[in-house]
Amino acid sequence: MSQSPVGQPLDRVDGPLKVTGQARYAAEFPEAGLLYGSVVNSSIARGRIIRIDASAAEAVPGVELVLTHQNRPPVASYDEPYEDDDAGDGSPFRPLYNDRILYSGQPVALVVADNLELARYAGSLVKIEYASEPHHTDLRARLDSAHQAEVDLPPPRGDAAQALSEADIRLDVEYSTPVEHHNPMEPHASTVHYLAGGQLEIHDKTQGVQNCMRYLEGVFGMEGKIRVLAPFTGGAFGSGLRPQYQLVLAAMAALKLKRSVRVALKRQQMFTFGYRPRSIQRLSVGADNTGRLQALTHQAIGQTSTFEDFTEHEVEWTGMLYDCPNVKLDYQLVPLDVYTPLDMRAPGAAIGVYALECAMDELAYAANVDPLKLRLLNYSERNQNQDKPYSSKALRECYQQGAERFGWSRRSPEPRSMREGNQLIGWGMATGVWEALQMPASAKARLGADGKLVVSSATADIGTGTYTVMTQIAASALGLPMNRVDFQLGDSSLSTAPLEGGSATVSSVGSAVQQACAGLRQKLLDAVQQMPVSAFAGARLDDITFADGSMTLTADTQQSVELAQIIAAAGEQEVEVSVEPGKERDNYATATHSAVFIEVQVDEALGTVKVSRAVSAIAAGRVVNPKTAGNQIVGGVVWGIGMALHEETQMDHNLGRFMNHNLSEYHIPVNADIGAIDVLFVEEHDDVVNQLGSKGVGEIGIVGVAAAVANAIYHATGKRVRGLPITLDKLL
Amino acid sequence: MNPFSYARPTRIEEAISLFGPQSRYIAGGTNLLDLMKENVERPEQLIDITQLPLKSIEETPEGGVRIGALVSNADLAWHALIERRYPLLAKAILAGASPQLRNMASTGGNLLQRTRCYYFYDSTVPCNKRERGSGCPARDGLNRIHAILGHSEQCIAVHPSDMCVALAALDAVVLVTGPQGERRVDFRDFHRLPGDQPERDNTLADGELITAIELPAAGYAEHSAYLKLRDRASYAFALVSVAAALEIDGGIIRSARIALGGVAHKPWRCTEAEDALVGEPAEQSAFEQAAQRILQGASGFEHNAFKIELSQRAIVRALTEATEGTAA
Repeated sequence: MSQSPVGQPLDRVDGPLKVTGQARYAAEFPEAGLLYGSVVNSSIARGRIIRIDASAAEAVPGVELVLTHQNRPPVASYDEPYEDDDAGDGSPFRPLYNDRILYSGQPVALVVADNLELARYAGSLVKIEYASEPHHTDLRARLDSAHQAEVDLPPPRGDAAQALSEADIRLDVEYSTPVEHHNPMEPHASTVHYLAGGQLEIHDKTQGVQNCMRYLEGVFGMEGKIRVLAPFTGGAFGSGLRPQYQLVLAAMAALKLKRSVRVALKRQQMFTFGYRPRSIQRLSVGADNTGRLQALTHQAIGQTSTFEDFTEHEVEWTGMLYDCPNVKLDYQLVPLDVYTPLDMRAPGAAIGVYALECAMDELAYAANVDPLKLRLLNYSERNQNQDKPYSSKALRECYQQGAERFGWSRRSPEPRSMREGNQLIGWGMATGVWEALQMPASAKARLGADGKLVVSSATADIGTGTYTVMTQIAASALGLPMNRVDFQLGDSSLSTAPLEGGSATVSSVGSAVQQACAGLRQKLLDAVQQMPVSAFAGARLDDITFADGSMTLTADTQQSVELAQIIAAAGEQEVEVSVEPGKERDNYATATHSAVFIEVQVDEALGTVKVSRAVSAIAAGRVVNPKTAGNQIVGGVVWGIGMALHEETQMDHNLGRFMNHNLSEYHIPVNADIGAIDVLFVEEHDDVVNQLGSKGVGEIGIVGVAAAVANAIYHATGKRVRGLPITLDKLL
Repeated sequence: MNPFSYARPTRIEEAISLFGPQSRYIAGGTNLLDLMKENVERPEQLIDITQLPLKSIEETPEGGVRIGALVSNADLAWHALIERRYPLLAKAILAGASPQLRNMASTGGNLLQRTRCYYFYDSTVPCNKRERGSGCPARDGLNRIHAILGHSEQCIAVHPSDMCVALAALDAVVLVTGPQGERRVDFRDFHRLPGDQPERDNTLADGELITAIELPAAGYAEHSAYLKLRDRASYAFALVSVAAALEIDGGIIRSARIALGGVAHKPWRCTEAEDALVGEPAEQSAFEQAAQRILQGASGFEHNAFKIELSQRAIVRALTEATEGTAA
């Protein structure tokens, strides 16, 4: 019997399409007569549009339309239709709604022309007169306008203030992290096909086709007339969780002109919507003189827009990652004249755990305890935020196996005690954690007359391997070879799926796929029992093995029937299921964990940093595909290194505008910045989290990495830099 | 990008005669096309010079090397003559851009690339270099990547090239042809400081075309180093770069050349500091003094003052590396 594909490091099923250019992305769907839109963005951060002079643009031959708030089609005038599945509290941004400017880079016009070059050129001719108003974009300068974030933080436990005052060791430290932008390779784009009858069929760059469909239906009052497709998404990292303005603008132009329209954003325009918010975080740590935690307080202050409150899980990790009797968490927001932040890979954890894990490193030195031993000393068996046990938690194994792979035991504890020539060597580590979510999801499975199993759900593959792992799960459930299973996604007309995010797709959609296939197994058994093959009469599913395209009595393997035969006799079989998270999950806390070990080389005189080695040990339950999962962790580690050393969107607060808005000046790591990355998945069995026992790996790879790099830099140099990114000037 | 006409002459005289008030010569286009897409440059005519006969690398009778203006950065960096006799130039070129860009970019074009100041590149904000008299937001804004030497009230931008830093150190000569005929320009006189005309990066007159770069015989092949400090390991412009070249005899410096990149509107030379090194032992204390001399008068802004100390250390390191011998 052939091996189940689940757990195998299989190549991506969509790989050949991608490397041969056959996988089409949102801006790549052709159509005769397609028009091209180019967005004009505001140059001021706050104020009003006084006058728009589009005459020069309109006079350019080939220009079809200059769309502004003054001539756009009618749109909804109340907030609810704009509140997509990832909206925060407040009043969502409405593209081209009125004359108000809420942030620099806000779309103020769309020029539509016969080709892209004309549209861009005509865009440069649109003259817009503004009445500027004073703006505020600097979080630190506006801390006095902070308000409490509307989130359900765990209530304080114990008395942190008292415990801090009595602690042998007390640290009060502040960390800061900058604005960062997602920058997926594929810029946001929408191709809106205007169909006869006024319906819209849209190829969009998104992590949620149904989210975009519902949003547009509401905004334009077009229920049932919109279909959104995204068979391929060229990376997103959270930037595709909300419908972005190019989608609305393209739809507006299509409706106004009754023509098909494409709007693709330039790289510079990828800096004109959501981002990871800047944060200022204050931690107080109290411990006894052995390093045992007595108290933790963590206050985070993040930025948001003037029109929406963006919140993320930033400080909760501090209440759950370590065993600590006295904890107080606080989270505040400062509204600024900027766009609303947006979930970005491991939202909240990426920056919150960075601060916590640096503070733990500082405690390790203060208590004179090895940083890894300190983590073990304070290991938590229960999630104290929820007062629940974990469904599984193999973090100890991550620490142990990661440390062994890295060679941590050979570390010399003193800072500045390891060097090679001009280079100071530093070894640092940190813990990572992310929640193991499951959302309601649906899937449909159909075994056809051609012997192919087609499984579908309106989820997305943002490069993570969704096509591949869903195919593996379905192939495994029905005992079919991979090449007889076809998984379909990225179509709003498919079975309902949640947004593709939060590391929940395998858990949510994977469970639905598995259940749909389980339903199909029952149907096939029922069908067999209607056939004259009597050996299966009275058999139950438990008695049967599905393998190699056949159904076989486990107790008597001579009794076997090919699935194709059943279909030939009984016709196509189809099952659609909706799966809710299991009730048993309520009794447990569910999370993924990691241990990250980093080696850096720091030039003592020049401050340059190179991450020469990284080991990331991951506990994420059952890994459906170690290859695609490993890719995700490697990507997360690279990003964590970038977060530690390179990434920062720089705002000119006088202008209220991001200025390094391109990939030349917004630095992400290049190959030459990255040394060896070693990923290992530790064994973690979990019957609670879902029937697959799989937790998802999209976020965990980045969490803790920046802290491990910062801690390694401290070990190398003796310098504690508490603001990211750690550029060479901070180490001189 | 505005509409433009396009010509592709095959003779130098033809190219020059085509040049009008709103013309630009284009070779690799690695910078000009970006600037056009951002509406920073709006030429009405592009004169594609890639068909001109300017692609050879030849030895000169004086023992130097003449490099045609259309030799690609990649071909130049990997040319046997350059690798052997001017390793400093090869190393500087390879420290810049990416392989794809170096394949496209020309020798002449490299001299003419424009600053990567954020404000210069964003045509919705003021910039004296882009629009005379509009202001310089960098002075009170994001100036971490800006100049510490030779800046003016009007402009604190830096020249972005690595290749030019090596050419400055090597005392190259720029060969120029234009409506007024041919002339030779010493490298130090080719680029200029911003003063009150920040829109002018160099001393080329309208319609003038770079035809070649000449390197003198002295290549400092035994003792040279190019050190580039930047925010990531490749594909980033220099915060500070140093081209250091020494002639050493018995531990004593006989000749020294030091050029700095990333710190001024042009590659920065200080002959006084170089001259003071002659006759000194090639050691740390002499290097430190030279660095101090070079940086006398350096002044930073809110975010870039670190470049002064970084330059000091980088000069010492580059001279130390040069003394140890040109790295393979």
